[in-house]
Amino acid sequence: MKVKKTLAALALSAGASVMSFGALAADTIKVGVLHSLSGTMAISETTLKDTVLMMVEEQNKKGGLLGKKLEAVVVDPASNWPLFAEKTRELMTKEDVDVIFGCWTSVSRKSVLPVIEELNGLLFYPVQYEGEESSKNVFYTGAAPNQQAIPAVDYLMEENGIERWVLAGTDYVYPRTTNKILEAYLKSKGVKDEDIMINYTPFGHSDWQGIVSSIKKFGSAGKATAVVSTINGDANVPFYKELGNQGISSEDIPVVAFSVGEEELSGFDTGPLVGHLAAWNYFQSAESDANDKFIAQWKKFIKNNKRVTNDPMEATYIGFQAWAKAVEKAGTVDVDKVRTAMYGIKVPNLTGGMAEVLPNHHFTKPVLIGEIQSDGQFEIVSQTKEVPGDAWTDYLPESAKIISDWQDPKINCGNYNTESKKCSGQNF
Amino acid sequence: MRQISAILAVIIALAISCTAWAADEVPAAIDAPIDAAVYEKLVLLTEASFREKVGIVEEMADSSGQQAVLALQILLNSQLYHDEEGNQEFYQLVQDSAGKDQLYNLKTGRLAPDLSLKQLDKVRTNNRLRKAIKQSIAKIRLFKGSEPERLAALQSMLGDMDADNAKLVTTAMSTEASESIQELMQVAMAIYRAGAGAEEEKFAAIKTLQGRLEPEVRAALTGLVESSKGNKVLHAAALKALQTTEEKVEFYGFVEKLFFGLSLGSVLLLAAIGLAITFGVMGVINMAHGEMIMLGAYTTYVIQLLMPNHIGYSIVVAIPAAFVVSGLVGIAIQQGIIRFLEGRPLETLLATFGLSLILQQAVRSIFSPLNRQVSSPEWMSGALEINPVLALTFNRLYILAFSLLVFAVLMYVFKKTNLGLNVRAVSQNRDMARAMGVKTQRVDALTFGLGSGVAGVAGVALSQLTNVGPNLGQSYIIDSFMVVVFGGVGNLLGTLVGSFSLGIANKFLEPLTGAVLAKILVLVFIILFIQKRPKGLFPQKGRAAE
Repeated sequence: MKVKKTLAALALSAGASVMSFGALAADTIKVGVLHSLSGTMAISETTLKDTVLMMVEEQNKKGGLLGKKLEAVVVDPASNWPLFAEKTRELMTKEDVDVIFGCWTSVSRKSVLPVIEELNGLLFYPVQYEGEESSKNVFYTGAAPNQQAIPAVDYLMEENGIERWVLAGTDYVYPRTTNKILEAYLKSKGVKDEDIMINYTPFGHSDWQGIVSSIKKFGSAGKATAVVSTINGDANVPFYKELGNQGISSEDIPVVAFSVGEEELSGFDTGPLVGHLAAWNYFQSAESDANDKFIAQWKKFIKNNKRVTNDPMEATYIGFQAWAKAVEKAGTVDVDKVRTAMYGIKVPNLTGGMAEVLPNHHFTKPVLIGEIQSDGQFEIVSQTKEVPGDAWTDYLPESAKIISDWQDPKINCGNYNTESKKCSGQNF
Repeated sequence: MRQISAILAVIIALAISCTAWAADEVPAAIDAPIDAAVYEKLVLLTEASFREKVGIVEEMADSSGQQAVLALQILLNSQLYHDEEGNQEFYQLVQDSAGKDQLYNLKTGRLAPDLSLKQLDKVRTNNRLRKAIKQSIAKIRLFKGSEPERLAALQSMLGDMDADNAKLVTTAMSTEASESIQELMQVAMAIYRAGAGAEEEKFAAIKTLQGRLEPEVRAALTGLVESSKGNKVLHAAALKALQTTEEKVEFYGFVEKLFFGLSLGSVLLLAAIGLAITFGVMGVINMAHGEMIMLGAYTTYVIQLLMPNHIGYSIVVAIPAAFVVSGLVGIAIQQGIIRFLEGRPLETLLATFGLSLILQQAVRSIFSPLNRQVSSPEWMSGALEINPVLALTFNRLYILAFSLLVFAVLMYVFKKTNLGLNVRAVSQNRDMARAMGVKTQRVDALTFGLGSGVAGVAGVALSQLTNVGPNLGQSYIIDSFMVVVFGGVGNLLGTLVGSFSLGIANKFLEPLTGAVLAKILVLVFIILFIQKRPKGLFPQKGRAAE
């Protein structure tokens, strides 16, 4: 008898523990983090992984979402583009996450797209990119070209009277597309062919002497010249070093960069760079209470007083806040319901003002132009009102007629052709 | 030819004398109150937009002249702060020798010890304002400055020779004592007259401008060629002058490209020479060679951490340190792994490739995946300006010289020392060498250590040119193998010739095809070359080579 009782007790307790385990699993909302922690992109993406972890921790302190705790699931796609797709599948099917924050390079996002659409997931992409895309399952919290590149060029034209342009970039999809848009834009403003010089270099290029010398020559023709740089990653360090060594100051030929932020500058001596520009939607030096709080929180979380904040971090922050709001509004983490709840949600951005989620899955963002200071921070010299992100640029004829709207039931696609009144059929 | 030898003489002379590069001077702390009229203008700056600030600065310079220079310099160097409360107090921020912030009150000229930066706002500047300030200072300095200051002032005015500036230059000309400045003033006036003078004046201006290399002169001549289309004689004269100038510019462009090529070649030489020893002489395919370079660069970083106040010397200290660190790691690799894989090249390749990944990840774990900042010493930044169109950067010059030095030392070691003799004996016929009493095991270890150590030294040089990060080595391993194979395996001289010819070829292709295609073309060329001459430029001769 005794044996039977014990067995029964054992069975009961086993059952209970299984149940409690099940209850535990259902009690958390899983947040996937898909950023490279090794390989070439680790330098930028590790920071964003930490940002998401910080946001999760903060949300949990506030009591989580819908009465449940958040649980971050971190995977490492190792700067390996196909691995991004595999890891997405792992997160969606094995880990069963409710949302993913991730990717940095455009090619990694493109590799995730088919998977996330097939499994109907939700991805928040926090980096400025080339546009020409709007997927049902992706929210683009970074800048589209009209929120970064074009206002920067406008600023140089108006404030510095620039007439000659060097478009220098790393050889891959983001610089190529951005430069195509910029070239069309500059020509629409009356800039002649001979006043535009386009140059591409491989990833991690380190021997800049010839290129900088040709920029110097191009800029000595008597017209005010500027460089628009889409040079990516750590190739920037030797590029700026060479500029300094060849004696090109920001007053002679200013360089405006779209991929250089506080994080990149923390890697080197900024003395020779003072006055060169960057265009972003956020700078650490932006003065607002929300920003002060964010910076303090970040330094505390990362336990390093010297760490800086940057634009993709703010984009991650905005994306996370918007998602949390949408989940509360929808009352569920179901992807379709959260997605429809997203539209129109407003969250404060860190530079003051509000970021609104648009039906084309982009956000409204202010455009800030900053000049590099000797301490590695940016002096904000121009700040616009919030600009709505445009998925398809207006400056390329084949894209100008395409719009994206996932809210209007009559359109409900990411690539609606306003002339033929049809969606092109591709998914994004 | 004479021009080239003259240039070389200048390079050598300057490299030896090691002249410091004149940067924008940062004003020291003030010791007396600033002029009252200037102070009044400063007050206006706090509320103004950038556009208004330009006007205020120009007015300040016009009305106060020399008195305004100090205040303008403080503003130019972002040292000017004002209090947040609107008490119209201004402060200069200076860092003392220990790097601590100190604030000096501009009204009293005294140190304000209790004040912290948090209570103050910076008076902000942007590019346009800084340009205006520099020009304003130039206008004042043209009369009152020291000789180099007057020269710099005049140079900065060349691009902006309107009637007002022409008047200033004319006035200054009457008192100018220096001949070279007088000459440049004539050029400045000619630039002005080429645009706004009467016809005879324009002819005279062309004569003065002909052959000058300043970009402003070329711009003025180009403008004159455009505007004189109605006047055939003038047009022809201007065109001829412009062509003479362009020819000269082209010549210097060629010299510059040659230098760029040599410089890239020197980097390739440094990266490849260690491999030429381990792969070329010993026949070990060492995929972790790039990581030896990386270790050298990180050694430089650590040395700089250890001696933060002597950045100038740190590089010199880093060279032997990097040699030792990478050399020891190399010996450990040879003794621990490669020794057991002798005569099995495929396994060696795989093992060293795995090792390179381990070393990268180790560095990532120890130093973080972020790039580390290695500062350049003062004497390595800036450029040697030979004329307005040709400037050679100091860091490249030094690295070129350094690579040749390393090469010479290695040649000496191989040709004149016992170790060199033993290495050559072992690489030519291992069994025979052993029979003659050469300790082949020991020679192998030392040779591998030498090759790795030289790679570490290359890392010190590369830390001055590129990013110090875990991936540093990867970007040079392919190039290194390319150079060694192209130059001829087993031949140090081949590596020298190979690296310089690849560097020069790359730099001459680059402007024509772009950097991406240039690299591909060089690779294609090497593939074809290897088809034709499988043993590279300088194949090993004799029975041992078979």
